[in-house]
Amino acid sequence: MLGYVLRRLAAMVPVLIGVTFLIFALVHALPGDPIAAMAGNRPLSPSTVAALRQQYHLDESLWTQYWYYMTGLAHGDLGTDFHGRPVSELIAERWPVTFNLALTAWVMKIVIGIGVGVYGALRRGRLGDHLALGFTVLFIALPGFVFAFIAQLVFGVNLQLFPIAGIADGWPMSFLLPALVIALETAAPLARLTRSSLVEVLRSDFIRTARAKGAAPARVVWGHAMRNSMIPVVTYLGLSLATLLGGAVIVESVFNLPGVGGLMVQAIQTQEGSVVVGVATFIILVYLLVNLVVDLCYGLIDPRVRRV
Amino acid sequence: MSETVLATPAAAPARRRDGLRGLLRKPLFVVSALITLLYLAMAAFPGLFTSVDPRACSLAFSGVGPSSGHPFGYDLQGCDYLANIIYGTRSSISIGLLVTVATFVLAAVFGGLAGYFGGLVDGVVSRTADIMFGLPFIVAAIVVLNMFPQRDVLSVSLVLIVLGWPGGMRYMRGSVLKVRNLEYVQAARVLGSGHTRVLLSHVMPNSLTPLIVLKTLEVGAVIAAEAALTFLGVGLQPPAISWGLQLSAAHSQWQAHPHLVIFPSIFLSLAVLAFVVLGDSLRDALDPKER
Repeated sequence: MLGYVLRRLAAMVPVLIGVTFLIFALVHALPGDPIAAMAGNRPLSPSTVAALRQQYHLDESLWTQYWYYMTGLAHGDLGTDFHGRPVSELIAERWPVTFNLALTAWVMKIVIGIGVGVYGALRRGRLGDHLALGFTVLFIALPGFVFAFIAQLVFGVNLQLFPIAGIADGWPMSFLLPALVIALETAAPLARLTRSSLVEVLRSDFIRTARAKGAAPARVVWGHAMRNSMIPVVTYLGLSLATLLGGAVIVESVFNLPGVGGLMVQAIQTQEGSVVVGVATFIILVYLLVNLVVDLCYGLIDPRVRRV
Repeated sequence: MSETVLATPAAAPARRRDGLRGLLRKPLFVVSALITLLYLAMAAFPGLFTSVDPRACSLAFSGVGPSSGHPFGYDLQGCDYLANIIYGTRSSISIGLLVTVATFVLAAVFGGLAGYFGGLVDGVVSRTADIMFGLPFIVAAIVVLNMFPQRDVLSVSLVLIVLGWPGGMRYMRGSVLKVRNLEYVQAARVLGSGHTRVLLSHVMPNSLTPLIVLKTLEVGAVIAAEAALTFLGVGLQPPAISWGLQLSAAHSQWQAHPHLVIFPSIFLSLAVLAFVVLGDSLRDALDPKER
């Protein structure tokens, strides 16, 4: 088991290097002069500009800069913004918002997606199945931000049930509406996956045996079939949690939630390249680590994986 | 034995045709196909659907709601909103089709080569795809799009293509791996066909169906992604006319002028819905196993 974890961690390294370098090179290629952006309207003397360029290693080649960055990263340093604040501090400030939003949305998505999927699988081919799947397609088709507008309009303005934007009301009130938007928008693939996987398992011999032995229908579905149909679902759920933890840029922007995704957009707009790279690295790290944890979770569901 | 070898490649297109004929009896397919055609017509000939010039504006009418002769009202610049929404179809549909076709070709070529030859080719292509896959899509798109000082349909499509090809490539590679070792492919090799011929006339035709299905489902997703990026301010820019730009401008105004949000939202959602349902029915017809 330990060997497996170590091997997986080692396999993450080239991906991490590739992705961070890609982001680093992209940010490097962004138009505009970061020093000018930093100075704003104030005029800077050429010597100050030169000093600042040297301080931020802007006068060196892309490769050298990347090397400095990776050395820092190896020491847990994600860089600093233009005001000298560590990027890790900026992320720590916004992380609770993204974390709460992601987990709330994820739980809602699991309830909706697996619920619809199981319902569809049990009533396969009947009206309820078609309606449930049609319902999820509708939410795929409704672009996320359009759906967010509608949710704001109906639940925020007309019914006044939830705050429209911001996090003034804290968890859960401020997070329920944006989380519901994310959950409904992304529940459809989960519902389909659960449905097709469960349908497949329900057809198999051991289910027929369980039924023939006289096991109660509920026990057959929840005890025998569900556990065996969960592997692809768990893979998908892990990926989706990893994506959600990277910040829901659009929903955060529509609901004005100060999360990690918003930090990223803001840093791009103010041309703070170091923040963009730092946040992107963080998002990718979270993504890779969550995926690793998910792979380890297979062992809990499927004992066959444990032996490998 | 030789009969099976000959029959397999011929059977696949025949089955495909049967599936396609059955489609015409499916109401969902017919409705979504008609709506899609309507959107294509709007994108190609917007002048047929409105006689008003979308750029003829008068600030006197800024934000005025629906009225007779102007069923969708006016936008904040006082331009006729219906005309603007109709002319906005072109950018959304062009980006949707352009990105889908280009990623389809890239995925088919690279996935085909990686799956068929394996080894070093596969290593290079698959590892590149892994790295692209590791990039969070929206974040990467925002960073890359910011590199373009002027963004039009072509540059936005280019970015979506570069970021979007790996998914289809993996899919294609998977189905080529399945087909590669089938008997008729081996037979073709034994009969002396070169790699090019085996790949082009045996492997590719028999492994493209899953990719075609995936890509038809993706047109809607691309249209939605473009609108979302434009809405965030990193997609198309004025003077382009696009639903994303209209929604972006309307966002801060939607309490005062709800019609500015509602109408482009309806057009956008219906377009995405039509393409998704169309792709879904095509999948049922082409790929019965997935049903």
